[in-house]
Amino acid sequence: MNVSRRWLEDFLRRQLDPRDVAERLAMLGAPVDAIEPLHQDIADVVVGLVEDVRPHPDADRLRLCQVNDGGEELRHVVCGAPNVTAGRRYPFARVGTTLPGGLRLERRKIRGQVSEGMLCSERELGLGQDHEGIWELPTDAAPGTPLLEAIPLADNRFVVDVTPNRPDLLGHKGIARELASSYGIPFRLPDLPGADPLALPPSRRATDASETGGVRIAIEDLDGCARFHAAVIRGVTVGPSPEWLKQRLASVGVRSISNVVDATNLTMLEHGQPMHAYDLARLAGPEIVVRRAAGGEKLTTLDGVERKLAEGTVAICDASGVIGAGGIMGGASTEVGAATADVVLECAWFRPSRIRAGRTALGLSTDASHRFERGVDLWGAEEPFRRCIALIIATAGGKLDGEPLDLWPRVTHPPRIFLRLDRVAQVLGVELDQKTVEKQLVAIGATCVAKPEDRRIAVDVPGWRPDLQEEIDLVEEVARVFGYGNIPDDLRGFRVGTMPDAADWTAADRVRRRLIGLGMLEVVTLPLTAPDGPAAVLLQNPLSSEEGALRRRLLPSLTLQAERNWAAHVRDVRLCELGTVFERVDNGAPRETQSVAAVLSGARAPGHWTGAASDSDAWDIRGMLAAVVDVAAPGASIEPSDDGWIVRDSDGNEIGRAGPIDADRPAWAAPLFGLEVAIDARPPAVTRYRPLPVTPSSERDVTLLVPAGVSAAAIRDALGGAGVKVLESVAVVNEYRGPRVDADQRSLTFRLTFRAPDRTLEAAEVDRAETRLLKVLEQATGARRRDQSRTE
Amino acid sequence: MTESTGFPDLDALHPRLAALPELDAAALEAEHIAVLGRKAGLLTAASKRIPELPPEERRAFGAAVNRLKQAFEQGIEARRAELEVAARKAAQASIDRTMPGRQAWIGAAHPVTRVIEEICGIFRELGFVVALGPEVESEWYNFFSLNFPHDHPALDLHDTLYLDLPELPGERGGRQLLRTHTSPVQIRTLLGQPLPVRSVMPGMCYRKDPFDPSHAPAFAQIEGLAVDEGISFVDLKATLNHFARRFFAPDVRTRFRPSYFPFTEPSAEMDVECQLCHGSGCPACKGTGWMEVLGCGMVHPAVLENTGLDAERYTGWAFGMGPARIAMLRYGITDIRLLYDGDMRLLRQLAGLPEVIA
Repeated sequence: MNVSRRWLEDFLRRQLDPRDVAERLAMLGAPVDAIEPLHQDIADVVVGLVEDVRPHPDADRLRLCQVNDGGEELRHVVCGAPNVTAGRRYPFARVGTTLPGGLRLERRKIRGQVSEGMLCSERELGLGQDHEGIWELPTDAAPGTPLLEAIPLADNRFVVDVTPNRPDLLGHKGIARELASSYGIPFRLPDLPGADPLALPPSRRATDASETGGVRIAIEDLDGCARFHAAVIRGVTVGPSPEWLKQRLASVGVRSISNVVDATNLTMLEHGQPMHAYDLARLAGPEIVVRRAAGGEKLTTLDGVERKLAEGTVAICDASGVIGAGGIMGGASTEVGAATADVVLECAWFRPSRIRAGRTALGLSTDASHRFERGVDLWGAEEPFRRCIALIIATAGGKLDGEPLDLWPRVTHPPRIFLRLDRVAQVLGVELDQKTVEKQLVAIGATCVAKPEDRRIAVDVPGWRPDLQEEIDLVEEVARVFGYGNIPDDLRGFRVGTMPDAADWTAADRVRRRLIGLGMLEVVTLPLTAPDGPAAVLLQNPLSSEEGALRRRLLPSLTLQAERNWAAHVRDVRLCELGTVFERVDNGAPRETQSVAAVLSGARAPGHWTGAASDSDAWDIRGMLAAVVDVAAPGASIEPSDDGWIVRDSDGNEIGRAGPIDADRPAWAAPLFGLEVAIDARPPAVTRYRPLPVTPSSERDVTLLVPAGVSAAAIRDALGGAGVKVLESVAVVNEYRGPRVDADQRSLTFRLTFRAPDRTLEAAEVDRAETRLLKVLEQATGARRRDQSRTE
Repeated sequence: MTESTGFPDLDALHPRLAALPELDAAALEAEHIAVLGRKAGLLTAASKRIPELPPEERRAFGAAVNRLKQAFEQGIEARRAELEVAARKAAQASIDRTMPGRQAWIGAAHPVTRVIEEICGIFRELGFVVALGPEVESEWYNFFSLNFPHDHPALDLHDTLYLDLPELPGERGGRQLLRTHTSPVQIRTLLGQPLPVRSVMPGMCYRKDPFDPSHAPAFAQIEGLAVDEGISFVDLKATLNHFARRFFAPDVRTRFRPSYFPFTEPSAEMDVECQLCHGSGCPACKGTGWMEVLGCGMVHPAVLENTGLDAERYTGWAFGMGPARIAMLRYGITDIRLLYDGDMRLLRQLAGLPEVIA
């Protein structure tokens, strides 16, 4: 909502400091997003008093003027305007001033005569189109006074952020009301130059279809339209608005259209009550009916677009059909134009939900629908209605035909709400006495009837506050007007939360720490991706097809991030991400899984001058996978797959993968490896203490010739299952394939660790154990000893 | 040791013994061989001569040789140690200690994660526990349980992304959408556990906003909720002020402005004194001297009733804040898209690590 400072000043009858206004509005719940100074481009233009005018000796149309601009000497100015007159004041641009069009004034000669500045027209100042002559200023300000001070042009436009619960703040009156209570001063409506609303006859109340000025008004759709004011003004002359009206609209960024239309807009911007004027001659018969649109009915709106109304839209109709989408936009067929002589003025109340549904279906949001769907004042329409009629008559002439009509079939009253002082104290945490509470409510325009015996107040809320519907709404108003800053903030005792932290949170924390410990940097990527397959969860209204689905895995976007690093010439990539992935489950709610992923490329360690570390390979991602699975999915198993590894939970379901990743890789970059594992939020089992061994161990390295098809895991299993109690652990320490072994074999070296918990093993005992192990191994796998080495 | 042994050839070694501390490493080793060497050492030779001496001299001579041997051994050993220290010192002095050390990769959590963890940490000190909820919600959980009216402009406050899936059945169903705020977790928490509730609820939220410097279609939010008997606006202010002092600065100024959220009443925005200009007004705070940090308010009675609580008896307060925005304030970032950028140099920089390891 654009708000003019000068307009507010007209309500409050005092000068306002823009920053102070913004601060007060913010503290009342209507923050000001911007304060825009208006007309700053003519800040250097001053009031010039023309003291003498003479003809130019060498040019018929030019005059030589002596201009007093407040300086010690008069300025010589050559002026071509026919209306320049000695003794009058005009906007004067001195040498050095730049005008809105970009013209920078210089001292120059015109037809041989020196000119030191320029007397300006409104158009030259960017204020209007009037180029008939220079602008004669209606002021007696001293010469040299800045124009913006002398003429009420200087203004500030506040861009006020109005929350959807406060339709009353969509008019200057509502903002002025809030400020008046903040400043502790009264406010009243500004005078409308030349208009006298009070001289108009009061509207005639009717509960059924009725007539005004020869036009019949009927409401068939009582749900959509509860009240309809109408007036007929005959004999208007549609034309440009007076300057003050144009300026006022311009100050809040509204374009002047014509005196009649401008009058309706001004009233809307003043009261928040939209109005509409119809060209009576263009109505098909003297009748306006408000009814529910049947659906599919066509209307060419004021913007010249033919639209189809949805069923349920509030339709304003004449004998020919729909002539307006009630509360949204009028129709082109009855638009007021230059030829209009008689107008019908409409000032109605439309049901917010119906306007919202109607304009959503039309895909059209207007100043009017914005206000109606938030709720205009059902009970306060008479005042803006009369002001609008008076303003039309003042600016466009014409006469009211008969009494205006107030068609209000079912009269209602604003709600009465009971407010308990104890409830105020309970919610706000501070005891406010009845007087204080009432004071805040009166400030917003409510009427209070105290019931001291039961500590409650009956509150009749004002009609312009449709948001006030129940007790808690009044508690908020009391707090708001009392000032949130005046409520204490002492930390009082409380009961602590008793539930454990969410398991997913704790698990994610655990996994994240592990990855950070492994030197990984966490990233966050958008969970929205292009659709990838039938299990993808699609969006109904995506921003773009690239963001048309929810991600099913994290790795694809991490891969993109790796490529992004390569593009920035970063070779060593170590990224991880934790986040939710989504899987479609028939038509129900999608399955959401917390997932962790990591990608790895480049050096195993940062470079060093003693020698660069080698690049990561698949065994690095395999090692990282083990470290991640250890905390992300304790108890899960890792199995080889075609090009990497698969992680399976204890039921055998695949919950993760790791291996090389295809990526768009520059030639200088190292291969990319990645892993992704679904996080199992169950807390891992607590490790119990086991005493550390006190006896020494013996280690033996045995190098085996392993036949094709026998895996390291099979050998480990065979050794572990041989029933040799003193075998503590088995570890692979080397693999060899090459000319020194047969092509279908490989050589694997295992380090066997032997230990007895209660004694030091004798070499002979270890020898026996080793012999037995090798025998069992050969029987089980065909692997035989290749070497004779031994270490101890 | 300078005392005469009574054997002139042994006494002749005394000056050489005294000269040991002056010898350099090579001379010392030569002296070692010359005096104590197994084959031709002077004292070795002297020992060998003992049997040839007259019996009455043997004892005294042997003792004298042994004393001298010991003295030389000690002297040489001491000088060796001295030289070793000196050599080590010299070697150390030649090392260029400006050469960089060998490093390991250092990992770091994402800046927004760190902010979330810090915020949750402060609230956990105040007896809050962490709760989470799904990112796909029904209209009921995201809007209607939270007192958003049907067909109301308040719905326009959130540009919602809907899923291309059928509506969920039941009174808690409706169209499936990506939650536009973490507030539905309030509902799930209140439905799922007994009072008192004191929870912080971080999570990803979604809006149909184009990805531009100030908007992201998916962003983190942190919700807070305290519901019990006797909870009031005073508690809300006190707790959030405590949070601001812990998170921003011990003497930070805050202010609470009225606002509107369908699910709280009274509703407020908390502003924190601009951390860049400290209140004097700068471009970052649009000249106001304040930074909007979070929205909050007393839980609307209708929300409590929607979860089956007696709103006459219980009251509560809630807040919601955007950790990405706070991270932007903290790190001086003006384009939110940087927080979705996986450039290692940027992530290192924001984690306080050197951008490039070299």
